[in-house]
Amino acid sequence: MKNVHLALTVNGEPTEVAFAPYKTLLEVLREDLNLCGTKHGCELGECGACAVLLDGQPVLSCLVLGVECDGREVLTVEGLVTDGRLHPLQDAFADLGAAQCGYCTPGFLVTAKALLDEHANPTRDQIREALAGCLCRCTGYQQIFEAVEAAIAAGPKGRALQTPQGSAARQPNVGRRFLLDPASHSAKASARRETR
Amino acid sequence: MNIIGKPRRRVDGRAKVTGQTKFADDLMLPRMVHCKLLRSTVPHALIVKIDVSRALARPGVLLVLTGKDFPISYGILPVSQDEHALAVNRVRFVGDPVAAVIARDELTAFEALDFIDVEYEPLRTYADPEDSLAYPVPRIHEYGDSGNIHKAVSLRFGDVEQAFADADRVFEDTFFYQGNTHLPIEQHAAVAAKDPDGKLVLWSSTQTPHYVHRALAKALEIPAAHIRVIATPNGGGFGGKSDPFNHEMVVAKAALMLDRPVKICLTREEVFYCHRGRHPVLMTFKTGVKMDGTITGMHVKTLLDGGAYGSYGVASTFYTGALQTVTYHVPTYHFEGCRVFTNKPPCGPKRGHGTPQSRFGQEIQLDKIAESLAIDPAELRLRIVEQPDTLTANYLRVGTIGLAECVRRVTAAADWKNTFGKLPHGRGVGIACSSYLSGAGLPIYYNDMPHSGVQLKLDRSGGVTAFCGATEIGQGSDDVLVGCVAEILGIEPIDIRPVTGDTDLTPVDLGSYSSRVTLMMGNAAIQAAERARDLLADAVSKKLSVPKDRLVFADRRVFDTESPDTGVGFAEAVQLAEATFGTIGSTGSYTPPRSAARFKGGGVGPSPTYSYSAAIVEVDVDLSSGWIHVPRVWIAHDIGRSLNPTLVRGQVEGSVYMAIGEALMEEQTFRRLPEKLSHALVHKFPSMLEYKSPTTLDMPEVFTELVENPDPRGPFGAKEVGQGPLLPVMPAVANAVYDAIGVRIDEVPITPEKILKALDAKAAGKDPRYGPTRFPYVPYPEPLDVPPPWEGGDGKAKLRTENSELRTPAVRR
Repeated sequence: MKNVHLALTVNGEPTEVAFAPYKTLLEVLREDLNLCGTKHGCELGECGACAVLLDGQPVLSCLVLGVECDGREVLTVEGLVTDGRLHPLQDAFADLGAAQCGYCTPGFLVTAKALLDEHANPTRDQIREALAGCLCRCTGYQQIFEAVEAAIAAGPKGRALQTPQGSAARQPNVGRRFLLDPASHSAKASARRETR
Repeated sequence: MNIIGKPRRRVDGRAKVTGQTKFADDLMLPRMVHCKLLRSTVPHALIVKIDVSRALARPGVLLVLTGKDFPISYGILPVSQDEHALAVNRVRFVGDPVAAVIARDELTAFEALDFIDVEYEPLRTYADPEDSLAYPVPRIHEYGDSGNIHKAVSLRFGDVEQAFADADRVFEDTFFYQGNTHLPIEQHAAVAAKDPDGKLVLWSSTQTPHYVHRALAKALEIPAAHIRVIATPNGGGFGGKSDPFNHEMVVAKAALMLDRPVKICLTREEVFYCHRGRHPVLMTFKTGVKMDGTITGMHVKTLLDGGAYGSYGVASTFYTGALQTVTYHVPTYHFEGCRVFTNKPPCGPKRGHGTPQSRFGQEIQLDKIAESLAIDPAELRLRIVEQPDTLTANYLRVGTIGLAECVRRVTAAADWKNTFGKLPHGRGVGIACSSYLSGAGLPIYYNDMPHSGVQLKLDRSGGVTAFCGATEIGQGSDDVLVGCVAEILGIEPIDIRPVTGDTDLTPVDLGSYSSRVTLMMGNAAIQAAERARDLLADAVSKKLSVPKDRLVFADRRVFDTESPDTGVGFAEAVQLAEATFGTIGSTGSYTPPRSAARFKGGGVGPSPTYSYSAAIVEVDVDLSSGWIHVPRVWIAHDIGRSLNPTLVRGQVEGSVYMAIGEALMEEQTFRRLPEKLSHALVHKFPSMLEYKSPTTLDMPEVFTELVENPDPRGPFGAKEVGQGPLLPVMPAVANAVYDAIGVRIDEVPITPEKILKALDAKAAGKDPRYGPTRFPYVPYPEPLDVPPPWEGGDGKAKLRTENSELRTPAVRR
């Protein structure tokens, strides 16, 4: 089978690439462009690990053929760093435990970026909905939601928090801190109940 | 402390969010070729003939391997060396690897699989444990306790029958825990190559490089010293990457034969066949109690569906009966367990390894007992919680116990007093507790060596390299390593480079399983760092003329505690030490304390210390559809001390997530193809779309409470957190369902269909319950009698009057 040859923009750079025509965008990125930051978990469109942005929209790169991408713009996790600085989402994910094994992380990051590009200030439910196509087996998602919210709070150029200390998001109740005031937490729990 | 206990970015955080973490499938080597496996299409058969000539003739195909290339068996446990890299003469489940093609690219290898001709002679297929108990022949394996029974055990601690006679009430319940799988997002992958010096190197997404190293040496007959295994960071493990695997053996052999790097990456379907996941377990709990809830005795019987190979199964079997005594005081205890072979992908260790199944039964039965005795279920648990520093009936030495505090914290946080039994019909809350080991007390193969080793290299630049065999599977083991060293040496985690999971470069750590890494590697790291600090302190003390015991290591400096301006930078301290002692390095190691158990089977369960958890789950059940919504989970975990609270919370929430999946939707199930097709027993849905797991929309809000009571056995007092918090959630869901709608679902997953069936039964005036109603006859052996410590026992079994053979041949009853 003869290779196809096409030109596209990858992470802002004009790129030419030749590949077998049956290859998916995922395979072209990983195998022909050496962009291994994009992962795969099923290659059937089930897990969301291979998400990239195609002309700004999140797509599952395992379900897009490479030949469909002629002249289009692709953004992968490698393209999130600008001028040597991590994207606020990347900082927040790293600081707040949103990446454990890190395998699903690239897919979550670009999908979250697409959400933030569209909504300046999404609610927790909108974040849940936007990320529903990405599976994570490590985190239980909660620290991912918090990281997205922290990145929003930090603004487009900001850094949510400073390492090694500090965290804007809720930390678990630890030892004495909670024991000092056990009533406040249950009062909050009842308040939550009532407001439902 | 400057590092320990403070939330901070993990040391490998940047790599993970930039996509720079190199997973096994991200490795691309010059001249690399690709491997695909041909897997059995029949569940149980003899291989009459394999003809690979047509495949070998295809352009681009370099090599085809079959079972005859792998005559030597291997397996994770010394007692279950029952696997071959490729099937020799017999296949045992649909998905068992039969042949391997190595070709210039993946597609060529994949297409060539169709040109391998295999002729099978079908054998009886064992679809479930009752089949395997009923028919001893043909045997799936030519070893095991008898017929198709892999392992049958019976351990008795005290006179349980007398305890039941002394009880005010005796409860007997049967439960079923369906099997499920790890579903790591990363598919297993491996690359093998011949090093320039001719030795073998294997990169693999494995949790246990040390055991893979041993298995390769055995199966390929190569000196272990000439094999290097590098564990790449795992894209999720959860126990599923803890065995030596077929594909690792195959690419290793192929790389040596071809003298080219060989890569394999499994498809998602193949990951379901690798499995080693949760055993389906049928179980009964018979428990005697006094009216105040005190337990007088307990008799547990389990039947495990092991699948086609041994894997960790013998350990899994014992684990279904090991930890019941660690949470609550059980003065007399009888455990009978049995694992059978079936023609399905092998089961093994998944997060909680063998204990979640029986924890599910135990905690639901406690809920039933509480209701029956009119005791609040949280109060009941507080009454019977085991005492700290206790030797249990089955000789497990328990250290600190934060369980009572966990129960108090979680009930306060969830406002238990005002919600349990008080929410409107359809909504409810349930509580359950659990405990888990902080590392297995015994290694997988018997030896007296340390379980974990750490080496430090201190550079005159002030940089430190920490070497350890532990494997980063996402849990944060690299971060624990550098965190412990940084704390002791008074430098920042970023100053330390971790080098881990490499059998050539790093001292042995047994691997990332049994929640052992933080405790064992952490203690080894502290010892190594203290030894290095001592060398630096000697040199700095001499230079500054300050007594050694006045020196403090902090803020990248070594200084006089009485005059903080008097001091040197960390790099200068290393230089002074190097000038005094020569090259600066140190080692540390950790070996768990000797177990008190002296009986056969006592090797499973001991741990340096145990973690404890309590969970309250809230459910909202739709009565017309049976749909269960879980809005909130409160969980308290006795961590001892959290080294990095961000990561600890991640482990707790991740455990709750996985538990919610197991409780409500995840199941690894099988079906027979129609008779007119092959009638094969096949996986019902080996895909991520059909194997349901919780998404962002299903995940409840989790409120985490950490109980910190430093345990002297743990590094800075830390205990495990990776597995324990999963355990109480499944029974808490079941108990919450009962609180919500008054029906008992005594099995997982708790699906809408089962809810509706139980509601129908309730409406018809029948037992408002869904779950197993009978337990088959299982030929457990005569019990091994071990008197508990309070009856003067010394941990040894009483001498047998009868032999331990099975009472009767396995017959169907």
